[in-house]
Amino acid sequence: MSLIDLANPTRFLALTARVLPWLAGATVILLAIGLYQSAYAPDDYQQGATVKIMFIHVPNAWLSMFVWGVMSIASLGTLVWRHPLADVAAKAAAPIGASFTFLALLTGSLWGRPMWGTYWEWDARLTSVLILFLMYLGLMALWRAVDDPSRAARAAAVLTLVGAINLPIIKFSVDWWNTLHQPASVMRMGGSTLDKSFLIPLLLMAIGFTLLFVTLHLAAMRNEILRRRVRSLQMMQASRVAFSSEVGAGSRQENASTGAA
Amino acid sequence: MSLGPYASFIVTSYAAAALVVAILIGWIVLDYRNQTRRLRELDRSGVTRRSGRSAMDAS
Repeated sequence: MSLIDLANPTRFLALTARVLPWLAGATVILLAIGLYQSAYAPDDYQQGATVKIMFIHVPNAWLSMFVWGVMSIASLGTLVWRHPLADVAAKAAAPIGASFTFLALLTGSLWGRPMWGTYWEWDARLTSVLILFLMYLGLMALWRAVDDPSRAARAAAVLTLVGAINLPIIKFSVDWWNTLHQPASVMRMGGSTLDKSFLIPLLLMAIGFTLLFVTLHLAAMRNEILRRRVRSLQMMQASRVAFSSEVGAGSRQENASTGAA
Repeated sequence: MSLGPYASFIVTSYAAAALVVAILIGWIVLDYRNQTRRLRELDRSGVTRRSGRSAMDAS
């Protein structure tokens, strides 16, 4: 099956039916191993046991940006290539991305209280991630506000691409401004500064959460295709009812005029 | 495994992550059931796709 074949929603549904159980199984296994490794990771010499919060905070923070990146590519697919599944992919990803962003903010806040002495600080990194979360919510509201999915798709695609400007701002905010948030320690020039005992559980959790996203995204895309199928069939049903009632009214009128003559 | 003096922050973080992921999974599963139920109802009432295939095809 080529990539072009997946442009056909029926073929895509058949593929998801085959792939989803395997993806779900792999996600459960990886997250279980990641959680085990996280539980038995040693305490950090500065953070103590709160370093364990990092094993869920960091994957969620990465995914909050990654999902917007996926939505941006899908938006290009909607605007440039008019791929039939592009807007389905973008719409299905938004609530999942919003959830990951919410978790990144919440777990970051719960880590910040014991480590920084505050739940929240209006610094560049935290504020730009909060803006990302609000953009996810705005995008979901836009999808709900417009009835016609193809009209909503174009508006949402433009908004997503404009919002993508926020991604480098989030990533480099810790370098460009003086913030409370620590600079990058994994994805940086010169390699990771983390010890293996922290890096391995962190990467396992990151891969596990990424697989979770792929699984949930495919399942949500399948639901969106079915929703659109329901919508088009309901419209077909409504137009049939309107047509038959028009025909009925027309023949009654004809009978009445014949009777009068 | 000792979580030290900040155990409540650690446990709350993991519990919140589990809860949010569970809500996401639940929402997606319920949505799937809802859409397939509506498609089955439309199929039973004789509404078919333009291709003539069943509304439930490959779902």
